[in-house]
Amino acid sequence: MGASVAGLFWVIPLLPGASALVLLVYGRRLPRAWIAWQASGAVFLSLVLSAAAFLDLAGRVAKPDNFLSRTLFAWIVSGSFRTAVSFHFDPLAAVMALVVTGVGFLIHVYSAGYMADDGRLSRYFAFLNLFTFFMLVLVLASDIVLMFVGWEGVGLCSYLLIGFWFERTAAAKAGMKAFVVNRIGDAAFILGILFLLVNVGSGGFGAINAAAGSGSLSPALITLIAILLFVGATGKSAQIPLYIWLPDAMEGPTPVSALIHAATMVTAGVYMVCRLSGLFAASAAASSVVAWVGAITAVLAATMALVQNDIKRVLAYSTISQIGYMFIGCGVGAYSAGLFHLVTHAFFKSLLFLAAGSVIHALGGEQDMRGMGGLKKHLPKTFPVFLIGALAISGVPFLSGFFSKDAILTSAFAGGHIVIYGLGLAGAVLTAFYMFRLIFMTFYGVERAPRAPGHPVHESPPIMTVPLVILAVFSILAGLAGLPVLLGDRANLFGRFLEGVFRPEAHHAVVSTEIVLILAATASALLGIGLAFLFYRRAPGTPASLARSFPGLYRLLVGKYYVDEAYDAVVVRPLVRSSEWVYRHFDLGVVDGALNGTAAAAGSAGRGLNLLQSGLVRDYALAFLLGAILFLGFLLI
Amino acid sequence: MIPSAAFLILAVVLFVLGIVAFLVKRDLLTQFMAVEVMLNAGNLAFLALSKALGRPDGQVVVLFVITVAAAEAVVGLAVIVLVFRQRKTIRTDDLKELRG
Repeated sequence: MGASVAGLFWVIPLLPGASALVLLVYGRRLPRAWIAWQASGAVFLSLVLSAAAFLDLAGRVAKPDNFLSRTLFAWIVSGSFRTAVSFHFDPLAAVMALVVTGVGFLIHVYSAGYMADDGRLSRYFAFLNLFTFFMLVLVLASDIVLMFVGWEGVGLCSYLLIGFWFERTAAAKAGMKAFVVNRIGDAAFILGILFLLVNVGSGGFGAINAAAGSGSLSPALITLIAILLFVGATGKSAQIPLYIWLPDAMEGPTPVSALIHAATMVTAGVYMVCRLSGLFAASAAASSVVAWVGAITAVLAATMALVQNDIKRVLAYSTISQIGYMFIGCGVGAYSAGLFHLVTHAFFKSLLFLAAGSVIHALGGEQDMRGMGGLKKHLPKTFPVFLIGALAISGVPFLSGFFSKDAILTSAFAGGHIVIYGLGLAGAVLTAFYMFRLIFMTFYGVERAPRAPGHPVHESPPIMTVPLVILAVFSILAGLAGLPVLLGDRANLFGRFLEGVFRPEAHHAVVSTEIVLILAATASALLGIGLAFLFYRRAPGTPASLARSFPGLYRLLVGKYYVDEAYDAVVVRPLVRSSEWVYRHFDLGVVDGALNGTAAAAGSAGRGLNLLQSGLVRDYALAFLLGAILFLGFLLI
Repeated sequence: MIPSAAFLILAVVLFVLGIVAFLVKRDLLTQFMAVEVMLNAGNLAFLALSKALGRPDGQVVVLFVITVAAAEAVVGLAVIVLVFRQRKTIRTDDLKELRG
């Protein structure tokens, strides 16, 4: 039975897609209660199918036929190039599909509570379903062309959902910014795809990885392609230099931030690098670019998170930083560790976002942490799950984030990337610090929220808290799937499941080193938490006095390194100004001039011929007569 | 026996009179009558030639023309009546909405 259900794996993306179609067409006429049921139900069925297909694969771990695949129909056939809509379900896709449908389902359920009062409920769930559809297409695609369809599709849904409350100018602008910034990355991504199609002759992932491994592509070409694709990934996954859209994307509804801008879409870049691990591994230069970009992003984004006051923006910078860790993993060749961090991050970051949403919901829309405080006793369910999420992301031992972050850092150290390891460790301290700064500012201390009478702070309904609890359980336990190797070769179930997909890592730390590294990671987490406790509980004046002592540094951080301003000055404004020039001179002068000239010529010709139309019957009759005489004369002669 | 040339000359005279009347007169009813004159001038020419050449097809054509002319008279007169009802005039010089 399991196998026959697993054979239906190609339906996984289609279910949310069909649901989205129904909601887009008939959504306004469906009862509100039904909409959420339908949307969540479709994703739940996908989750069940994914689980069935996963179990089918799990029964055949590390065998060569450890995948399911199905070609639906030929899509592009042009000369020697052909590509099909074809789905491929291997362990890597299985992990991603489970994350997308699992976390996605919980967020759909949560949304039913969070968005219950929104006027455009059917639109919201239609977009959310559509996103799930495209994300699953991206994950299950067996070639890079189809993956690109999903890649662009999730970008579209991201745009639509960031700008969901488009009445707010900030939201509309944020959506546009996300779309435009992603466009820049995608331009490079398309170039990479074209290079692959020309040089490999096929977009199939298997063919690409095989060609990169067999040496039929020149090393320079591999590096070029890998870096072009990685530029696309920096756009989608919000890495330096294209991370600037993600903090603004927080204008969208909070469940959207959790699903798209934390758990799934922004990790698509990591997934892509894992999917093409053969290509990236074949180029040492490209791999080290990936690792360095990841490491620098991890630290810089974490420093920016230190001084943010908007609860969601702290989490946004934290997401950028954590995705940086995933890229470190991929860059140092520990693809399995990078992917593992992707999975655990999906759990604890969506948990944090949803819990933050619960806080915002409780305060009637307040997002500024300076307006919060002392919420611990008001939110008896949200607080503990938030704390679990914060502990997990900080890397406190035995929670999921501890294992995954440690796996990445250990691999970086074992591969000899000491500086990257150091950056990662510094990032871990910062992570723990800003997370607990958030906790202390939000849940402890005096209550700063101005209380509107008749609108008491209230805990969220069960439809929102139950998904939180489930995510919290996963945030605690997910780490057990990827125990460090020092507990035995067979301890890392996650790595073993993915064995056939990735090349084994070149370097392994010896056990004694690994113990030291684990202790260092633990110490850095505790150091961060301790500093936050010191600054925001013990001596609350410290942050202000530090800001006074280092005014330049503080302003730099608050200004987010002025990257937005720099881009504005270097890219946006020159572009706008030159566009204006072109508009004024070429569009108005040449294009409009040519059109207006044509119209004027036709008009004056018409006015000239008009004179013949006197409207008098006699004139026409005379013209007839003359015509007839001419004709007869012509015949006679 | 009257020579057929005489018939043809009469037909030409009638036709030219019809043309001149059509061009000179300014009310629809008279112009309509001028058209009828032209039609019958054509009929006369057909008959004369049919007789002279000893072939019956000219007479057949005339019968058709008479039939069509009867139908055309009905429609034409109805149009003129309607135009008069609408405009209180059938002077063609007043009816020049098609002027460009």
